[in-house]
Amino acid sequence: MTQVVIVGAGLGGLRAAESLRGQGFDVMVIGDEPHLPYNRPPLSKESLKGGVEVEGLHFRRKHDDIDWRLGAAATGCSLQSRVVYVDDAAYTFDGLVIASGIRPRHLPVPGPQPQVLRTADDALALRSRLAPGVSLLVIGAGFIGCEVAATARQLGCEVTVTAYDAEPMMRPLGAQLGAAMKAHHEAHGVTFHLGQGVQEFHADGVTLADGTRLSADVVIEAVGSVPNVEWLHGNDLDLADGVLTDNLMQVLGTDVPVVAVGDIARFPNPRFDDVPRRIEHWNLPTETGKRAGQTLGALLNAETPTGDFRPMPAFWSDQYDIGLQSYGLPGIGEATLVDGEWSGDCIVEYLRDDEVVGVVGVNRTKDLMDYRKSIGAS
Amino acid sequence: MKIYVDMDKCQHYGQCTFEAPTVFALNDDGKLEYVGEVDDALADQVEAAADVCPMQAIEIQ
Repeated sequence: MTQVVIVGAGLGGLRAAESLRGQGFDVMVIGDEPHLPYNRPPLSKESLKGGVEVEGLHFRRKHDDIDWRLGAAATGCSLQSRVVYVDDAAYTFDGLVIASGIRPRHLPVPGPQPQVLRTADDALALRSRLAPGVSLLVIGAGFIGCEVAATARQLGCEVTVTAYDAEPMMRPLGAQLGAAMKAHHEAHGVTFHLGQGVQEFHADGVTLADGTRLSADVVIEAVGSVPNVEWLHGNDLDLADGVLTDNLMQVLGTDVPVVAVGDIARFPNPRFDDVPRRIEHWNLPTETGKRAGQTLGALLNAETPTGDFRPMPAFWSDQYDIGLQSYGLPGIGEATLVDGEWSGDCIVEYLRDDEVVGVVGVNRTKDLMDYRKSIGAS
Repeated sequence: MKIYVDMDKCQHYGQCTFEAPTVFALNDDGKLEYVGEVDDALADQVEAAADVCPMQAIEIQ
């Protein structure tokens, strides 16, 4: 039988596994967490608010004959010898799927590193410390930071958010919508210290670059992520930011059948242009996982992968009674308000050279569907 | 095949409507409506719809 090894047991690894098992290949999945694949977005929202255990977050299982090797991360790999190492154990493969994803970034400043929120176990640990009257300091004002802030307010915590950027979620949403979201958070009682880097961590908080000392009962750091590529070193791959692939998710720089999926894959999407990008939007692991499964299946059958892969990136964020929804890549365009008011329910288009590259709606899910059609249509 | 959507989980994101437009739709109020029993010929579409649900609220029997 032809053996596929998948490194990474998140959503992208799961979708690739389902595709490849469905094509009749033997599939082994190596995952660093002890859990079967589960859905992460609720970790900063519903699960943190109360009651949802990891068992309730597992994805449905379509195959009973996938070989799950959970609880230890891959530590190395030789593409030439077609072997993946997990400490002293060696697993040989005919085809490899790189699905090892990302981990939270830490700011390179002195002092004890704060908690992060990435895994179900992280969420359980954080949840146990949040209660009415507890003060929480969130470092970072991206989606995870803002969702945690909103959830903690709803749990009755005193919440402060600090970030280097001038507005929350500024890079994906633009300054205007970021400012509007900041106002929503402030109306719910969140305090912001923005536009300041962190100079030093303390057990109970931070010192900002301007000397401001912030302290809290609980400190969480949510300042983005770094790709888990270390186990691939020594194979002459382009690992500058994730793993470089072609449009069909085949890893470049090797003759061995290897594909990459999900948050770690840096691939060009002709819907926008020919620039390879790593995209951490929720639906991409499913889209790239299925596509990579087809691509690797073709390679293992000595066929040339074919097709045109133009996935539509999409993500969602719920904060208080605000539902943000995004299609495309708003971060590469300039924001233009097309319906409603910045401060309320609205629709924002993101333009690059008159071309619509993204659209974001605030509490406008159904209306947004029509705008979605214009993204990358040219 | 039978389809069940857990409406306690569903957040009406509408992703399923792109994958299986004859099975799932958002109504004028933006709330999800769906057909509870469909022909097996739609199985691939319904499977894809369940896969892309951000809340994983779609069950297939």
